[in-house]
Amino acid sequence: MSEAPFHIKPFGREALLLEWPAGVSEETLMDVLGFMRYLRDNHLPESEWEFIPVYHSLTLISYGKEKDLERVTRNLPAWYHDYPGPGTLSARCWELPVCYDPPFAPDLEEVARILNTTEPDLVRSHTAQPYRVFGIGFLPGFLYLGGVPETLRLPRRDHPRLRVPAGAVGLADRQTGIYPQESPGGWHLIGNCPVPLFNPEAQPPCFISPGDQVRFRAVSPAEYELHKIEGEIGIYNFREGEGNA
Amino acid sequence: MLKIIQPGFYTTLQDLGRYHYRQYGVPVSGAMDQGALRRANALLENEPGAAALEVTMKGPEVEFTTPTFLVVSGAHLEAELNGEPVEMNRVYQVPAGSHLKCGPVLRGLRAYLAVKGGFLPEVRLGSRSYFPPVTRHKFLARDSELPYAPCEDFTPRLLKLNAADSYGQKEVRVWPGPEFDLLNPSQKACLFETEYHLAKEHDRMACQLGPAMEGIGTSMITSATLPGTVQLTPAGKLLVLLRDGQTTGGYPRILQLDPDSLDLMGQKKSGDAIRFLWA
Repeated sequence: MSEAPFHIKPFGREALLLEWPAGVSEETLMDVLGFMRYLRDNHLPESEWEFIPVYHSLTLISYGKEKDLERVTRNLPAWYHDYPGPGTLSARCWELPVCYDPPFAPDLEEVARILNTTEPDLVRSHTAQPYRVFGIGFLPGFLYLGGVPETLRLPRRDHPRLRVPAGAVGLADRQTGIYPQESPGGWHLIGNCPVPLFNPEAQPPCFISPGDQVRFRAVSPAEYELHKIEGEIGIYNFREGEGNA
Repeated sequence: MLKIIQPGFYTTLQDLGRYHYRQYGVPVSGAMDQGALRRANALLENEPGAAALEVTMKGPEVEFTTPTFLVVSGAHLEAELNGEPVEMNRVYQVPAGSHLKCGPVLRGLRAYLAVKGGFLPEVRLGSRSYFPPVTRHKFLARDSELPYAPCEDFTPRLLKLNAADSYGQKEVRVWPGPEFDLLNPSQKACLFETEYHLAKEHDRMACQLGPAMEGIGTSMITSATLPGTVQLTPAGKLLVLLRDGQTTGGYPRILQLDPDSLDLMGQKKSGDAIRFLWA
């Protein structure tokens, strides 16, 4: 590739932050992920470095004995020059079942009213397109999903809930996402996904990776219960839909 | 086995943390005062990251069903082993059937109870540190049990360490965070002139500092956070992320604690005073 598109900022004594131009962009995300893989495979072995890619930034955390952040800072532009680019994207698209029926969707009616649409149309809009995974964070297995259409954008709830149930599908702030565990939360809840997204007994614990896509499929309460049991005993078949790189 | 008769105020199991899973949103966790855990493990000639009990505010009452050796480190913990007072940072032989009864933690917040070879529950994602949903438990429960390998035959090379504790120190060393330059000159000056106090909102994930300062309205795209990242909210609240802190966040990261000062923060309790100082 050519000149490095990122700024390098020191982040304490043990980490460096690489920032691409700010913005939610698939092209930037793919470069972040591609360069991360290149660094891991060629210069910064996983035994000594940890990586956090999210949106337009890549954080490199050193836990080698030698704190060689200065050397890495000096070399990063040259490494980027040698990096062949993100290449073709391995875009997996995961289809996740979501039940949008009450009582799984306490805010669906209100959201439809705010967005000036009907509940069935809201569900159709939410399931119409795949969403890109821009990173995982906030909670174990929480996916930052991008690509929410303009028609689905609304601010957070005025009063956050103290307890949002695991699997709740939320919508707020140009984002949509699934709460992987019960937690407090300020997003509008429009459905629930019965399939666990984080499994500490699996390796890796998340089957979905940054760069992948997720698509929601509306299911009935009966299907929801079936998938929930399948998920609990680990036989749910995550159907991969068509990718859209 | 260690039998838990009373769990204490908030007792968890901690090693040096869970690495490589932050890209999945899993915090590092691990002992809040890693220096103290390492000292206990060094005296017992354990691996530096052998898992020990992290005691907060008040210690547990436990029974050792099999023989081992014990070290208590960190903030001063009142404790009696079979009725005899326990000194900090000293190796004790613990015969089967021994009874350890702990009282409050003094001068600091957290103490460590380590045994020869460490506690050995299942490793989850590369660590034994408690953090649900990775581990089943959030803290030690009454009447539960923790496994360790029995040991009768150990002659410590060093029986005792006189570790001077610096937990009363107020100075917390910091580096500029990635968004430090979003601060205006008066905010920057304020950060280093103010004595901050730890608020009530304080756990293993984060602690809030008071008083509030002038906030930053700039909204930023979510990016990585680390243990020791100091965030400034739009309302001017300062949040110090700690070992169980979330791996990403959306508030400006104005300072980053030096790793040694992160250990010190782990010994500060609500109401304690700190001052920031450049590392």
